[in-house]
Amino acid sequence: MNEELVTTQARSLWAEAWHRLRRNRLAMVCLAVISVYFVLGLLDMIPVARTIGTGEARTRVEGTLVDWIFARGVGEVTKEESYVPPGEGTHVLGTDIQGLDILYKSVKGISTAVVLGLGTAAIYIPLGLLFGIVAGFFGGLVDDLIVYVYSTLACIPGILLLIALMTVMGKGTPQLCIAMGVTNWVGLCRLIRGETLKLREADYVLAARAVGAGPFRTIFLHLVPNVFHIVIIAFTLGFSGIVMSEAVLTYLGVGVEADTISWGMMISTANMELTRHPVVWWQFVSSAVALLMLVLAFNVFGDALRDALDPRLRTE
Amino acid sequence: MSEPQPLLEVQDLVKHFPIRGGVLSRVVGHVRAVDGVSFAVRRGRTLGLVGESGCGKTTTGRTLLRLLEPTGGRVFFDGIAVHSLEARSLRALRRRMQIIFQDPYGSLDPRMTVGGIVGEPLSAYGEARGRERRRLVGELLERVGLSASYVNHYPHEFSGGQRQRIGIARALALKPNFVVCDEPVSALDVSIQAQIINLLADLQDERGISYLFISHDLGVVEHISHDVAVMYQGLIVEMAPRDELYARPFHPYTKVLLAAIPVPDPEMKGQSEGPPGQVSSAMGPTTGCPFYPRCAAGDERCRAAVPDLREVAPGHFVRCVNA
Amino acid sequence: MAEALLRVRDLATHFHTEGGVARAVDGVSFEIERGQMFCLVGESGCGKSVTALSIMQLVPSPPGRIVSGSVMLAGEDLLRLPPGQMRRIRGEKIGMVFQEPMTALNPVFTIGSQITEAIRAHREASRAEAARMAVDMLERVRIPDPSRCMGLYPHEMSGGMLQRAMIAMALVCRPVLLIADEPTTALDVTIQAGILRLLDDLRRELGMSVLLITHDLGVVAQVADVVAVMYAGQIVEYADVKTVFADPLHPYMISLLRSLPTLGTRKKKLDAIAGQVPDPRRFPEGCRFHPRCYMAAPECSRVNPELREVRTGHRAACIRLEGYWQPGSSPPVAPVTQPRERARDV
Repeated sequence: MNEELVTTQARSLWAEAWHRLRRNRLAMVCLAVISVYFVLGLLDMIPVARTIGTGEARTRVEGTLVDWIFARGVGEVTKEESYVPPGEGTHVLGTDIQGLDILYKSVKGISTAVVLGLGTAAIYIPLGLLFGIVAGFFGGLVDDLIVYVYSTLACIPGILLLIALMTVMGKGTPQLCIAMGVTNWVGLCRLIRGETLKLREADYVLAARAVGAGPFRTIFLHLVPNVFHIVIIAFTLGFSGIVMSEAVLTYLGVGVEADTISWGMMISTANMELTRHPVVWWQFVSSAVALLMLVLAFNVFGDALRDALDPRLRTE
Repeated sequence: MSEPQPLLEVQDLVKHFPIRGGVLSRVVGHVRAVDGVSFAVRRGRTLGLVGESGCGKTTTGRTLLRLLEPTGGRVFFDGIAVHSLEARSLRALRRRMQIIFQDPYGSLDPRMTVGGIVGEPLSAYGEARGRERRRLVGELLERVGLSASYVNHYPHEFSGGQRQRIGIARALALKPNFVVCDEPVSALDVSIQAQIINLLADLQDERGISYLFISHDLGVVEHISHDVAVMYQGLIVEMAPRDELYARPFHPYTKVLLAAIPVPDPEMKGQSEGPPGQVSSAMGPTTGCPFYPRCAAGDERCRAAVPDLREVAPGHFVRCVNA
Repeated sequence: MAEALLRVRDLATHFHTEGGVARAVDGVSFEIERGQMFCLVGESGCGKSVTALSIMQLVPSPPGRIVSGSVMLAGEDLLRLPPGQMRRIRGEKIGMVFQEPMTALNPVFTIGSQITEAIRAHREASRAEAARMAVDMLERVRIPDPSRCMGLYPHEMSGGMLQRAMIAMALVCRPVLLIADEPTTALDVTIQAGILRLLDDLRRELGMSVLLITHDLGVVAQVADVVAVMYAGQIVEYADVKTVFADPLHPYMISLLRSLPTLGTRKKKLDAIAGQVPDPRRFPEGCRFHPRCYMAAPECSRVNPELREVRTGHRAACIRLEGYWQPGSSPPVAPVTQPRERARDV
């Protein structure tokens, strides 16, 4: 009988990448930050009914867990004062023009960002993956066609295309997801296509053909798993771009609907608030910081992830 | 009394690769990787295909299996015309003709388990599922000298020699009659090469598999082949039964190849140097024998036309006017 | 007796990986005389390349570290030199040639410009002078039409020509030692002989020493003067080339010679060495070859033999060899008078 293995525990490349990632402390801190955000975002999706008012005016209102924790709601009339600066009273981060707590709004903004990031990904990832692999694997006319389509698309300045789409579809979170999804798939598609072109020549793909694998089997069992690390990296690094795009688009007036709380919304009111006297800076700063922290965490984590998943760094 | 029909017959196999150039990617020329190659592989026997880099031996192996589409020529497997089979029949025939690759690191999907890799042929052809498949995979692994407990491990956890065994197990899964061994030991350490060669020889004795053994190493080829063909720039320049070829090489290139191999014996130092020049690219128009630029014994006739393969002794063919 | 040009003593280089410490080179000592062709031979993973890198101090330093030993080049310990001085030594005193000429040369510069740059990095010379020296060197390495070659890019040249150009670049400043790490492995066999012949001739012409690293015993037999066989980070046999091939002592060397499918041998089955090279993070206890050794005794798993002179001028690291133990001492295990299974059936 032959030689023994070095490790008795089977370790896939994913597992090895995870081990490598775990040793990067900064990356793990960022992952923790991202996790906190996602948990908070999740809390905002749990429907909880609240009772507001006293005595005769008691009503049940639909809301989320976050609403329940903060005992507030969007669009509700509150007795709070508007524009209370941070620190005064019970509002840690101050209030906005309607007297709504800024901390509350910042937290609510998380769920908007999360929904947007995931929703957009749900659109652009399948598109980019599908077209990228098909273009790279089949080549020829199919490839030419797909490249033609995305090259043309890429020629249109992104922001203009987004504005145009949003104007046509109207404001709103689902619309944003669609618009950003439709514009974002090109980058991923290019990367996937490039990697597929390379992998197509690999011996193991040829071997799969030799043992009877047809194109579908080859694509799903051999190509997709070996390009998937690109998808993961693209998703991680793209998430922050999506969140920031929302801020820009909302500022331009073609983003989320008016009654949705988002950081973009909060930032766009800065226009008026910062030119006011006395200056109201706390809404702008809170939303910007919340946005920044998430973006930074995603970017740092994404870079570390890319290093961990880099095939060249694999130990042979 | 004639010999039984050979298992594989290749006639004038041609494979050209187009070279694209210019703004519109027009075809400006061809790389004539395989330029009219003919040979036969007998049942249960090994044909060694020898040559240096760029001679077309790897392309020959892949083209006759139609992993690359031939530009011309005919391939008969057990009498069946492989070159003209349509897709479904080709796929059915593939079960009987398999291939082992040179690079143990690139020929196994790094994200698949060993069990998945070895069992893929069984899944692809629907031959076995579930427990039956696992059992067969275990048997295959054991047969090539690996423990069946390795099924859940991944290729990168194994050494080159072990990976090559996994590749052999995969090739055996469908019980083929014929396997193209494309430089199976070239990338392995010397002490492991012998293990793999022994394994292949055993499998041939046991199962009657025929091999096309492609290699650049005449020492290895001598050991495992029954017949040997020497390739140079897309053409076979000499072909003979093994003993005959090594004892009485005719073609100048064969002689040079044999002489250039460094022998592990310091008493035999000072063997001849290789021929001057390099293997030129098989791209430009050539008239005449491709070896002429490097040949010590060439003359006008060599430059004029490509010589035909002539039988100079029983079963011994040479492509040289001077043989 | 002239002092050796290069003297390596107890060199040890370790790599810190996630799976543990890999002791790639673990106590290696040898000498290279002036003008000698010294071959370090072994299979992949034995540590021969790392040895060369350690001498040149090119070991990638976060995972790797030279943990002990000395490398004396003409009396100076290279391992104690500051990086600036070591950089001068590389190129001026020691030249290096690698396995893959395509990746060792910069693809965006011509051969000529790379060689002249190498010249001008080490000595004062005008462009024209350096170019002349470059052409001269290209001619010495027997490249046909050297002036034309100066203007070629690496991808326009064949493997053999590129390797010759690499050798030219390494020799341009007349180093006293040339380290060639598997210089012919990536080349065709008909080209290989020419390159080896070239190295041997240059050695004689320029009076330099060559440290040739290879896994190919045929190559060793053709050009080496002295051979050191490495296994698992240690030298297991060390003698002049004729002795090592005619009378190999260490079971690894013997098994290796036997397992080669050399021309003319028509054995039914090759004598393969069972098992495989051990992982450098997890060497076996005792002798590192003993799990694969045909003459292993129980004691072999307890003692890691050091390299000792077993016969005059012939060193080996095996406790089972007669002559390994001093007369009068009691060896822990009965020595075999002649290692069984001779290398070649005459």
